[in-house]
Amino acid sequence: MDELYRVEGLHLSLPDLNRKPLFGPAPRIDILKGIGFSLGRGEVLGIVGGSGSGKSTLGRAMVRLLEPTGGRVVFDGTDITHLDEAGLRPLRRRFQMIFQDPMSSLNPRHRVGQIVAAPLHLHGVADVSASVAEALEHVGLPQHFAARYPHELSGGQRQRVGIARAIALRPDFILADEIVSGLDVSSQAQVLNLLERLVADLGLTLAFISHDLSVIRRLCSRVLVLHQGLVVEEAATDRLFAAPQAAYTRELLDAIPLPDPDQVWA
Amino acid sequence: MSFLRVNGLRARLKGAGYPILRDVSLAVAAGEVRGLVGESGAGKSMIGKAVLGILPKAVEIVGGEILLDGVDLLRLPPKERRTRIGASCALIPQDPLTALNPSRRIAPQITDRLVDILGWDRARALSRARDLLAEVHIPDPDRVLRAYPHELSGGMRQRILIASAFAAEPKLIVADEPTTALDVTVQKQVLKLIAEMQARHGTALLFVTHDLGVVSKVCDSLTVLYGGLVVEDTDVRSFFAGPSHAYSRALLAATPKYTDPDASLTPVPETVIRTVEAEVTAADRRAAHG
Repeated sequence: MDELYRVEGLHLSLPDLNRKPLFGPAPRIDILKGIGFSLGRGEVLGIVGGSGSGKSTLGRAMVRLLEPTGGRVVFDGTDITHLDEAGLRPLRRRFQMIFQDPMSSLNPRHRVGQIVAAPLHLHGVADVSASVAEALEHVGLPQHFAARYPHELSGGQRQRVGIARAIALRPDFILADEIVSGLDVSSQAQVLNLLERLVADLGLTLAFISHDLSVIRRLCSRVLVLHQGLVVEEAATDRLFAAPQAAYTRELLDAIPLPDPDQVWA
Repeated sequence: MSFLRVNGLRARLKGAGYPILRDVSLAVAAGEVRGLVGESGAGKSMIGKAVLGILPKAVEIVGGEILLDGVDLLRLPPKERRTRIGASCALIPQDPLTALNPSRRIAPQITDRLVDILGWDRARALSRARDLLAEVHIPDPDRVLRAYPHELSGGMRQRILIASAFAAEPKLIVADEPTTALDVTVQKQVLKLIAEMQARHGTALLFVTHDLGVVSKVCDSLTVLYGGLVVEDTDVRSFFAGPSHAYSRALLAATPKYTDPDASLTPVPETVIRTVEAEVTAADRRAAHG
């Protein structure tokens, strides 16, 4: 399979501001402690773990919103681990991100049309309005929504705007960080169905970060389980659910409350 | 007899007059755990807030009764209403980060209620707080009582809020999506803790959630809401054996189930939305003529 991402021995530490002394630097806290995996073109990878497991940090290092402190991130043959902003600029349009909270990641003073157009302007796309119209159509929002403000939309619709903005540049890769955890089950199902269709229609590669394994099962072909900055299990989705190997994976699975009063939940 | 009984409660947005609750009736018996389920905007949180007398200023109650131990709260003068609610009800809030005052230590945040509303002396309130923290399995309660909220983890803060809710031995606790902000493993611990405390203290619980998985674990009965209208009111066993309302069935079908590899998540279908919207319109028409 054609490899789009390769991550090798990735380390990332951040200053721990909770323990910063009055003078001098804050002690550093290791978030990622040597993570390695590869991601094939067209693949949908689930990244799962509890809070503090490093899953969001890993995602942010992949799209270089954070700079790793060790190891390598290779995107489509280019080492982007320590690439500077000028070097990243032409690559940025090829990897996009959908954020967790659409309320805080969409500018409340901008209309939907402006929000989706912003990255297109930034990257000097020729026909912005046609691309915006196309992106809105892809996510199933009527064209007149371009004139609305984020607060006039429901949670599910706002998340569609976030998706439209991410796909407007026709990227190769999208990172989706907990994008359905704030939604009702019905909107959640709609957004997941939409994402699945877009992956097929646009030939996207997707990394889907979630703490909810039932959502992962629905969407992903392979799963990476993170715990305290390390990969504790990597498996095809079917295998992971049929026979989880790591104790932490089983713990995550057992913690999910199934809609079934007979489930033993010890 | 039911400790809490809500009869035909109607609430709307001031000014615009947009209905928030449309003729809501439900009852919670002593020691019962009732789930309030629905999508955002269904009014599930508003019911809890109405019972506790903490509705947003923009929302007004325009009809119905809220009977707490047989007394209609809506007919009481405000001061008496607050005392009555404060003495017998408590809240477990959604967000453990914003519910605690960041600039105060934990101890006074638990004891204030006991001192101000129940008139306990400080020493008795403090010893009660210490016992409660031990009861919610917080190691070293004395250290935690002196700590500020930012020094504690999210799971720890949620434990403190649970302890605090049980502090005055309330008859009814409203839990407003208490685990939505937590990850699954912490959610499990917190839910088990709430269930354990509820059983030990025999408290009635109104549990607001959008997660039917959670309902199946902690509730005895549930009320399903859509657009401020009760669409189903049943016990948990019969609900999960097969909900009687089409909307409830659709909601259950949309709930992910990791054990079923073939389960394709189905959003609530348009036809079901139209059916339940028609019921909402009919309820509004009845309200306008009655």
